[in-house]
Amino acid sequence: MTPFLQIENLSAVIRGTSDRLLRSVSLEVNSGEVCGLVGESGAGKSMIGKAVLGILPAAVEIAEGQVQLDDEDLLAMPQADRRRLIGAKAALIPQDPLTALNPSRRIGPQITDRLIDILGWTRRDAANRAAELLDEVHIDNPQRVLASYPHELSGGMRQRVLIASAFAANPKLVIADEPTTALDVTVQKQILRLIREMQERHGTAMLFVTHDLGVVSKVCQRLTVLFAGKVIEQADVADFYAGPRHGYSKALLAATPKFTEPFTSLMPVDRAVITAVTAEIEAADGAWHHG
Amino acid sequence: MRDGRGTVKRKAGLRLWLSGGWLAIVALLTLLAGWISPHDPLAQDLFAARLPPFWVDGAEPGFLLGTDSLGRDVLSRIIYGGRIALTVAVIAGLATAVIGSVLGLIAGYYRGWADAVISRLVDIWMAFPPVLFAILLIAVLGTGLWSIVIAIIVIDWTRFCRVVRAEAMNQSQMDYVSSAVVAGHVRAAILWREIGPNVLPTIVALLTLEMGIAVIVEAILSFVNLSISTDAPTWGGMIAEGRISIHQAWWVLVCPLIVLFLTVLAFSQFGEGLKDRFDPVLR
Repeated sequence: MTPFLQIENLSAVIRGTSDRLLRSVSLEVNSGEVCGLVGESGAGKSMIGKAVLGILPAAVEIAEGQVQLDDEDLLAMPQADRRRLIGAKAALIPQDPLTALNPSRRIGPQITDRLIDILGWTRRDAANRAAELLDEVHIDNPQRVLASYPHELSGGMRQRVLIASAFAANPKLVIADEPTTALDVTVQKQILRLIREMQERHGTAMLFVTHDLGVVSKVCQRLTVLFAGKVIEQADVADFYAGPRHGYSKALLAATPKFTEPFTSLMPVDRAVITAVTAEIEAADGAWHHG
Repeated sequence: MRDGRGTVKRKAGLRLWLSGGWLAIVALLTLLAGWISPHDPLAQDLFAARLPPFWVDGAEPGFLLGTDSLGRDVLSRIIYGGRIALTVAVIAGLATAVIGSVLGLIAGYYRGWADAVISRLVDIWMAFPPVLFAILLIAVLGTGLWSIVIAIIVIDWTRFCRVVRAEAMNQSQMDYVSSAVVAGHVRAAILWREIGPNVLPTIVALLTLEMGIAVIVEAILSFVNLSISTDAPTWGGMIAEGRISIHQAWWVLVCPLIVLFLTVLAFSQFGEGLKDRFDPVLR
């Protein structure tokens, strides 16, 4: 069986230059599987999700590579087809629940828009489905929330709404872009559990972007480690935590804060490791520029 | 913190009520001018010329704000002048808002060549000095109410275009726009549903400001006698006539001037107040 999402040799550059933000990234997500995508801030984790969903910033363009969603080449098809395909089969759980809902529209239509416009549901069906979804994400009194404006809801509630909205059209793939980063620590856990629950219930494939290796171990089956837009290591989660192969992964794992250790034992990723992995990437870049 | 916000909110409310109240009074008076105004604004009575307003000695009871040098009632002329001022403000303001906002939204959201064309056009347009441009336009179009309206639209659409474009660009960076793209909506739908409503408060604030500007432009043009026919009452025309007799009858100049000043002030304050009230971030 081919993977549901298959990224092959994907490179993205700053428009008009050869400065690469993604360096020949290959990555697959099978149906029903949760894949972690880990890296430090600026490693290009979110960029991969954005490239798949077609929401790259205007200053970034894709230089080479293939993105296959459900056996269809996203980058080769006309824009309108791609828009419809993504709308019907993929969804995004965004990072910041405070900016991801339109402040001047009520919650209800923000969830039902996609069902009505892209899937052709009737207004009534879509409204019922929206209430059902809010129930699924454990929101009490869905009708009241559907009639609210985003500023009337707390951050955790908004993230629940966004999760409900992401699963509204029964997508085959959900890309979760640091879905808990902007939340309070106490809420993070609930939201993680909820995402996992929704993923299992809907049998959705998921690309889970995060900087938190602790989260990956709880949510994902496989993970990909990214540094400076390059894939450093791909492994099953169990194998990875037993012993990462690459030096950078080891250093990253060592830098993850542990609950049992005092604050003073916190340390950033070792400089020497960064220097080594940077040299490795630069060598590969040299080949890319001349090739 | 909470106290600070509370105070700000109260102020915005008061501002909204005062400016809105004044505009409502002016609008009502001009709409009902036929019934309310005490005299025919064009009726001359040389025996009753230069009567002072009611609080000055020698005033006649029927003429609240006195009469001008031809014996015409100042209050009635202000009311009928308001009719022209408000007509120009509403029609020119709305048309300017629609044209400028549509172009601004297109430029700011679609970017690309549309943005390049519209933005360069705005740059060139804004290089013309507005009042001279207006006088030139009137000279070409001929005097009259519609010429003034057209002149204002032609000159001031750029004001909306610039601001709305910037705001639309801002909005297109927002996460909810990305989410709408992922959901598969066409760009026109995103522009209409996600961007439009969030740019609307800015458009409304600009619109009221523009109405104030339209009132001033109409006054300037009638002051230099480029508005509608000379004897029709306009605020600018009254100020021009009052200027000649300022030493004998200051009220002919001062009364319309105060009304003009308050009206323009009310428009701009009303816009600011509305923006504060409806801004989703401040709300």
